[in-house]
Amino acid sequence: MDLDKIIEVAGLTVDFDGKTVLSDVSFNAYNGQVTVILGGSGSGKTTVLRQILGLNPIRQGKINVLGKDISTLDESEQTKLYMKMGVFYQNGGLISSLTVGENVALPLEQHTNLPKEIIEEIVKMKLSLVYLQDTYKMYPSQLSGGMFKRAALARAIVMDPQMLLCDEPGAGLDPVSLASLDQLILDLKKLMKMSIIIVTHEVSSILRIADRVIFLENTKAIFEGTLSDALKSKKEPLINFFNKGKGQ
Amino acid sequence: MQKKEKEQAQENKSQPEYFIEGNTLFLYDSLKFNQAGQFVLEALKKLKKHKSKVLVVNLKNLKDIDSAGVTAINYLKNKLTKKGINVRIDDAPESISKKLELFSMQKPPAEIQTFKPSFLESIGQNLYSFFSDYFMRFLYLAADVFYWSINDLFNSKARRKGEVVNQAILIGVNATLIVVVMSFIIGLVIALQSSAQLRHFGADIFIVDLTVIAMMAQMGPLITAILVAGRSGSAIAAEVATMKVTAELDALKTMGINSVRFVIVPKIYGCLSTIPFLTILANIAGIAGGMVAANIFLDITPEIFINRMGHSLYNKDIITSIIKSLVYGSLIVLTGSFFGLRVKEGAEGVGKSTTIAVVVAISLVIIADSILGLIFYT
Ligand SMILES: Nc1ncnc2c1ncn2[C@@H]1O[C@H](COP(=O)(O)OP(=O)(O)O)[C@@H](O)[C@H]1O
Ligand SMILES: [Mg+2]
Repeated sequence: MDLDKIIEVAGLTVDFDGKTVLSDVSFNAYNGQVTVILGGSGSGKTTVLRQILGLNPIRQGKINVLGKDISTLDESEQTKLYMKMGVFYQNGGLISSLTVGENVALPLEQHTNLPKEIIEEIVKMKLSLVYLQDTYKMYPSQLSGGMFKRAALARAIVMDPQMLLCDEPGAGLDPVSLASLDQLILDLKKLMKMSIIIVTHEVSSILRIADRVIFLENTKAIFEGTLSDALKSKKEPLINFFNKGKGQ
Repeated sequence: MQKKEKEQAQENKSQPEYFIEGNTLFLYDSLKFNQAGQFVLEALKKLKKHKSKVLVVNLKNLKDIDSAGVTAINYLKNKLTKKGINVRIDDAPESISKKLELFSMQKPPAEIQTFKPSFLESIGQNLYSFFSDYFMRFLYLAADVFYWSINDLFNSKARRKGEVVNQAILIGVNATLIVVVMSFIIGLVIALQSSAQLRHFGADIFIVDLTVIAMMAQMGPLITAILVAGRSGSAIAAEVATMKVTAELDALKTMGINSVRFVIVPKIYGCLSTIPFLTILANIAGIAGGMVAANIFLDITPEIFINRMGHSLYNKDIITSIIKSLVYGSLIVLTGSFFGLRVKEGAEGVGKSTTIAVVVAISLVIIADSILGLIFYT
């Protein structure tokens, strides 16, 4: 394959208080693709993302992000790497003491020299990409669940990151919002050449956006491959998963 | 930090490439985050004298653009349109025009194995883990906060606007009433209780010295600190813990923002800039309480009281009072933050760290009080 690896996870084992959450998990994600991480609730999907982000220390295994072994980075190198990543946290991660507009503006204010008016315009435009233009002055606590998620997504993409990591952005969205979210993800991939790692349960969404699928089950990565291979797979958990989705 | 800024400065050096010829603005190469701001400001300045009613923005030679670039062009367009100039974007290659479309304002859509250690071993282990877990980490946090507090003074760019004032109001100003009332009552009670004793010895007038010294050197700073710890130590712990549990701190980190600086430093400044004034107010209120008691129980008029105060009020006590308040203030903010940061998953964890933060903050204040007492009065 002539694609560049943007993420390489090798032999990752994680346990919390003696309970194994991931054992010997290995997979790759490639530049310019949408990689979907699948698995039941509690199967360790969020844990994988946190490990990739370096938010939990790596005890066993190795993770390379954009060609760098993340366990060897010092603080400034890590910050530099973060500048290339946008992150959507499962429970949003919006700063509750700031308005939605201030939240989305935060990375721009901290890391660019753009004038205030332009920052405001960028923020409004990014909010409009997720159909939240009217929430600029609202506080995160005033948003509904779906709006909160979309605001968090607007913040994740505000710096046009090279890589976008999303933890269940579609959960709880209505089908119309979900479809427009998928379209946005496809646009970002196609036009901005963004590489996207996404944890999601929505089968309809996966069929629309995924290039590559990783399936976690019982602490192991039981499948890694293209979407079409995943659909053809004879492994029971995958068959069940996609069948269940077809009924929806 | 400085290294990072230098790198950023280097990236920002790249000039936007464009020129204006007649009615056409030609853009070259790329228009991205690091050039967009300068481009808009310069171009608007140059176009101030633009006479014609049309401007064509030619993007034929533009190779790359990002969301900031698109926003810059749209911003320019809007500004000029308001001045009656008709702006048209022309000759954009397909990849550019698609991004122009993507990053323009959107309309809303129609609808392990364990073993038990021996007793002595476990005491040793607990002591060791207390030392490494709490003590060292607390010192580490204190050092971190100190570093970023100083850094913050000299680096205004990434400072959170208005947050220090906000915290000063929350921690300091809002505590004024309770601190004043409590200090008045305590001053009154101290004077009241001692008046009976002093009367035995016919040493009535010393009630003044007693109240003034007790309030200035001891009770004023202590009452203030305990009340602030109760009000704000818990609030700080709860806020920091909630931010941790809801991944706000992780989000800050992955946005390349230091959470100590963003969250804790404004609280330190807010607290340290108000707690000395609170303490002085507490001292005054306490002495006023003493004055009332002296008047009622020992027939010492306020006039005599104030005259006598001149003999018993030392500069040293005022300074001690202020130094103590600064130490206590730092301890309260640090303890609140420390236990907030140590929270374990879930809402239950937030409650636990809040409680323990208040208990530890008040204990530390009292321990510090005895240490400072030894330092200042021996
Ligand atoms: N910090 C932690 N401490 C202890 N256990 C954890 C921690 N984080 C996750 N876990 C456990 O790891 C397992 C996987 O969690 P997670 O990665 O969040 O699953 P998913 O995102 O797939 O639903 C769960 O059983 C969870 O309880
Ligand atoms: Mg999860």
